[in-house]
Amino acid sequence: MMKPTALRTAALAAAVAGLLTGCGSEEPASGPRPLSETAPPVIEGYADLVYRTYGEAAGEAASLNASLGAFVAEPSQTRFDVAREQWLLARNPYGLTEAFRFYGGPIDDDDGPEGQINAWPMDEAYVDYVASDANAGIINDPATYPMIDEATIASLNEKDGEKNISTGYHAIEFLLWGQDMNADGPGQRPFTDYVVDTGTAANQARRGQYLTAAGKLLVQDISAVASEWAPDGGAYRATFVALPPEEALRRILLGIGSLSGAELAGERMQVAYDTKEQEDEHSCFSDNTHMDFLQNARGIQNVYLGKRGQVDGPGLDDLVRERDPALDARLQAEMQASIEAIEAIGKPFDQKILGDDTALGRIQVKKAIDALRKQTATIVEVATLLGISLNIEE
Amino acid sequence: MRWLVFPFVIGFLGCGAEPPPGEAGPSAEPGEELSGGETTVFDTSKNAYSLSARNMTPERRSAFFVGNSFFKENWVIAPASTEGRDGLGPLFNARSCSSCHLLDGRGSPPLDTADPLVSVLIRLSVPGADAHGGPAPEPTYGGQLQPRAIPGVLPEGDAFVTYEEMPGAFPDGETYSLRKPVYSMASARGDMQPDVMTSPRVAPAMIGLGLLEAIPEEDLLRAEDPDDTDGDGISGRANRVWDAVRGATSFGRFGWKANQPTLVQQTAGAFLGDMGLTTPMFPAEDCTDVQADCKAAPTGGVPEVSPEILDRVTFYSATLAVPARRDVDDPVVLAGKRLFLEIGCGKCHTPLLRTGTLEGYPELSGQTIRPFTDLLLHDMGEALADGRPDFEADGREWRTPPLWGLGLQEAVNGHENLLHDGRARGFVEAVLWHGGEAESSREAFRALPAEDRGALVRFLESL
Repeated sequence: MMKPTALRTAALAAAVAGLLTGCGSEEPASGPRPLSETAPPVIEGYADLVYRTYGEAAGEAASLNASLGAFVAEPSQTRFDVAREQWLLARNPYGLTEAFRFYGGPIDDDDGPEGQINAWPMDEAYVDYVASDANAGIINDPATYPMIDEATIASLNEKDGEKNISTGYHAIEFLLWGQDMNADGPGQRPFTDYVVDTGTAANQARRGQYLTAAGKLLVQDISAVASEWAPDGGAYRATFVALPPEEALRRILLGIGSLSGAELAGERMQVAYDTKEQEDEHSCFSDNTHMDFLQNARGIQNVYLGKRGQVDGPGLDDLVRERDPALDARLQAEMQASIEAIEAIGKPFDQKILGDDTALGRIQVKKAIDALRKQTATIVEVATLLGISLNIEE
Repeated sequence: MRWLVFPFVIGFLGCGAEPPPGEAGPSAEPGEELSGGETTVFDTSKNAYSLSARNMTPERRSAFFVGNSFFKENWVIAPASTEGRDGLGPLFNARSCSSCHLLDGRGSPPLDTADPLVSVLIRLSVPGADAHGGPAPEPTYGGQLQPRAIPGVLPEGDAFVTYEEMPGAFPDGETYSLRKPVYSMASARGDMQPDVMTSPRVAPAMIGLGLLEAIPEEDLLRAEDPDDTDGDGISGRANRVWDAVRGATSFGRFGWKANQPTLVQQTAGAFLGDMGLTTPMFPAEDCTDVQADCKAAPTGGVPEVSPEILDRVTFYSATLAVPARRDVDDPVVLAGKRLFLEIGCGKCHTPLLRTGTLEGYPELSGQTIRPFTDLLLHDMGEALADGRPDFEADGREWRTPPLWGLGLQEAVNGHENLLHDGRARGFVEAVLWHGGEAESSREAFRALPAEDRGALVRFLESL
């Protein structure tokens, strides 16, 4: 990474060069076009990508919500399995959207719903029974919480974690899988926890109310973020595309750089690698963490390439290629290598971090962490190339 | 004020003689913007306090990542699937380090009685001392008021603040108003002992703490002048506090009254007191003898915070970078620096120090730093006094807080509240609260022309 002093020296050299050639001298015709000209389509393309991806996440959350409703209305093993399957499907587009975090956009500005959508770790005992306490949680406390609906669980999710009730994907995950107390698989909650009056565990009806409330709230929250990015009438989108191009690009890069380094390589992988705690992973009840990682890495790649599925729009890669084709090629290769390194880890992740450092799983996890950190450093290089100062953890 | 103009030019950009380090001259000192030496980060965003020492190797940054995770994430009620992160409470102030040190920055007091107490805590003690010479805990409530609890445990109560405005004026006629906080407590477990002593404490920013740990004790002790033998009105003395690792009394370095000897003890103390989490250093839950429900509550294992996690969080706390100064060459900022030194602020807010070798921290060792603190206790006068002794610090003494990074507090935390309880709304009010040993500096500030007062504030904003 170029040190700030080096940057200043470069700027100084450029200024001196400018003085030597005189101000207002002709730009060489072969040089890259200025960002003011080339960046707006990339920024617009990014806004489209964000909107489409949140739209997909909202759509999958709606399907999840429908399957939760169907299950609670008439609990059965089949419907329970469908709900679980739908939860796993709903996680995939959301994982892609995490590349749009970390710059105070609608998802995670001061009152953004990120914590309510994706909070982790969760207070299982605050929501429902746990191994050591059959009466724990809101579900088993009708006296204090006579009504369980979206408003209740959202209102309890107060700021500063005072009553940090768990909402969002991981609360739903806990209600579908239960505590993961076994080493070789996900949680084993029986569907009969939802069979009113004759099922397992007390307060089955209230458990169903909690599950449906959490599902509805998730759809509301994700839809609200999506609408901020809508091409017509999205308030944040309008602000975003009107920013000076350098600032919009800085936010885009801050998002993918932070996810790539501090969040994915650091928070989500290095921490678990370091602690070897079986449940030090975000989707611990369902053992779906390997997919979370993969979607995060793909989300970063989507942003860089301006690509979503078969649609390849203008991306950062176009801006970089015009200035430094080798750097573009290197970052593209590194992003592909990160994705492959994550795929190579396999599942379940909580088994791959165990053992000593010569265990195959740990070697592969470490390899993926290193690949992600390498690409993070390159993302900083890209920012520098575009004249943007980016402070992130590499 | 006359400016000396030197007839020669130094270097390519030089416009004047380079002043000696830590002193005022007509131009900035070389490297003056590097408040944290080579750890310094150039960032003015909300993340300005949240970045790792810039001279840290990528390999070592792994520990920073892990520490950051445990600093940021909520701890949850035991038992949970996330065994490494459960054990919150039974009684607690907050669920994560970052809920008080938001974005690794400074907490803020409640605005009024309706505003919950989040990033301020109330220390409690009764006259006398504990076995190690520290404050004697209140028999029912212990050493601090914990307003929150896990289900099934009664919280300890709450504290409320109201402010009295105290109008004042500078000699030149410009008016100001200081707000004096008045705290009241609602104690949920019966009355406190009538002679209880209380002291509100705001969560301070986390930047540069390892650098402060790395300043050799003897260098700091050299500035001690308990009897003011040099007659400059500034005494300055070290607090001597219990060091749980050494099992002996040590130099107090951290905390508003310098009541913690080391970062690891500060960290373990915060885990226990603020979040109800036991560590290898403090393995017993923080329940008083009369809090049976607290004692009977489930725990998240013994200890709840493993030695490795305590180690990582300490590492994280030690290696958060100090942000670089802005505008060090600005003539107004330079004039403000000169005034800051001329009216004596720098006698306690030491502009320049050097770190020694800190075991296990190559990035913090041998650095030239500009923290603006001497880490010593000073009598700050009656208006700021909390009346609550803390080891050797009496009820009027406070440790000089570092000033580095303060100009970015608004960007990071969205407020400009300063001092131990956040009563000062910005730099001017903070200066005006200074009394005791700082009274003559305060009066010199009040007597400055408005333009000079503005310049001094501009200097502080550049930190």
